[in-house]
Amino acid sequence: MIQKAALSNGDEVMTQQDVDPVIITKIVEKHNKDRGEIIAILEEIQTEYGYLPEEALRIVSDKTKRSLVDIYGIATFYRLFSLKPRGKHLVCACLGTACHVRGAPRIVEELQSQLGIQAGETTADMEFTLETVNCLGACALGPVVVIDGHYFSKVKKSGIGQLLEKARTGFDKIDIAKDKRIFPIEVSCPHCNRSLMDESFAIDNHPSIRVAISFDHQDGWLRLSCLYGSYNISTELDVPMDTVVKFNCPHCHVELPSTSNCAMCKAPMVPLLVRGGGIAKICSRRGCKNHMLDVL
Amino acid sequence: MITLKINGLDVSVEQGTTVLEAANFLGFPIPTLCHMEGLSPYGACRLCVVEIGEGPKAKLVSSCTYPAQEGLKVRTASNRVIRARRMILELLLASCPQSKTIQDLASAHGIRQQRFRQEYEDCILCGLCVRMCDEQMMAKAIGFRGRGENRSIGTPFDVKSDVCRTCGGCMYICPACQLRCTYNEPEKAICGGCANLTPPCLEKEHFDDMMCYMDPCVACEIETKTDK
Repeated sequence: MIQKAALSNGDEVMTQQDVDPVIITKIVEKHNKDRGEIIAILEEIQTEYGYLPEEALRIVSDKTKRSLVDIYGIATFYRLFSLKPRGKHLVCACLGTACHVRGAPRIVEELQSQLGIQAGETTADMEFTLETVNCLGACALGPVVVIDGHYFSKVKKSGIGQLLEKARTGFDKIDIAKDKRIFPIEVSCPHCNRSLMDESFAIDNHPSIRVAISFDHQDGWLRLSCLYGSYNISTELDVPMDTVVKFNCPHCHVELPSTSNCAMCKAPMVPLLVRGGGIAKICSRRGCKNHMLDVL
Repeated sequence: MITLKINGLDVSVEQGTTVLEAANFLGFPIPTLCHMEGLSPYGACRLCVVEIGEGPKAKLVSSCTYPAQEGLKVRTASNRVIRARRMILELLLASCPQSKTIQDLASAHGIRQQRFRQEYEDCILCGLCVRMCDEQMMAKAIGFRGRGENRSIGTPFDVKSDVCRTCGGCMYICPACQLRCTYNEPEKAICGGCANLTPPCLEKEHFDDMMCYMDPCVACEIETKTDK
């Protein structure tokens, strides 16, 4: 939630985004105000903004009818809450007894010198925040460093540069060419058996799957990635989140017959015949990521 | 009614009475620091420790928070209690040696020297001001912040609170801040808390529901003198 603002001299500085009272109100209303759910509310605000802005705490105090002092007390008591903006990546080095005797102080020193900040601080470019913790409960694996929720065990001083570099590019980035969980499928209409593949329109560098969709008296085309496990789509309609849409075959115009409902959201699952035998099913609700592959 | 034994004497008290209240009823003195009638008991200073139970099961509890129970045996001045109390006082004195209240208490308990490094803190975290602000002044302007060695008392974000009516109740009740009436000489004040506060009497017209606890208040006296 940190935006870059360009100054007249060309330098980029970080400014904090204004707190949106509507978002905060929505979060507060989700929880039971009468019982102590302040921690849950604060947790959610922290996921939204990365830290707890002062303005947000004032709104929470106003909406929950609790005094600002109570909420401020909770926010400063728990270590997971931060009142200062944090960087994009959170680096947590364990300084517990086991990690300490295995050389964690030297790891922290190395992190500090590579990032150019002290523990508890955030780099000027808002990329990294360095924190130390007193035990992560993984003493056999020490020294432990946690970066953005990924645990690294038996960290060596020499490997830290590589770790930080990996953190910069992101640990969740999937290499489609190498990842075995992702593979292209070729599908056809289960009614007329004509292929739904569209060579002229590529998504994820593969031919896309073309279907016709309709919702709310609107009709249009939808193109899905043919990579099993990829959620990339392209459509000419503006489909709001959580809308259940009808899928039609672009050749025979028959609605793709649903035989089962989504286990996660109860919307109909749309079947697509997979070449080579099998049926791929995708949830017809926008935003729901449920899908399955039945191999016959 | 509940019957319990305090220092060997039977006493009957009503349900919900604390051991401290029962002992005071019988006239046994128990020193307190963070306790005040009209404020909820908090048990922060531990000065009011008493020994309950007998033999190896005897234990020290804070009498201000311990409810009287049927058949409870309480000793308010056993050797163990006195030792614990003197240690607590010595530690309190080390953290806040300039406090008149703590000095007097220490003197009354025969503490003539103390072995710990003096810290000159301006707060012993007894929570009296927090409870005063919340329960008597209905303001909830100040509270505890942080945790462990970073725990402190103050307003959120260290700015003047919107709900504070500058009644001075927190300073009136504070056992650590002794120079609350040196407002006219802020450089001599130890905690400096009062120097950062506008005396309520100077802007009385802004506060219709003002309750002033400053007595005697130097600021008031200066104003009346200049008026004459």
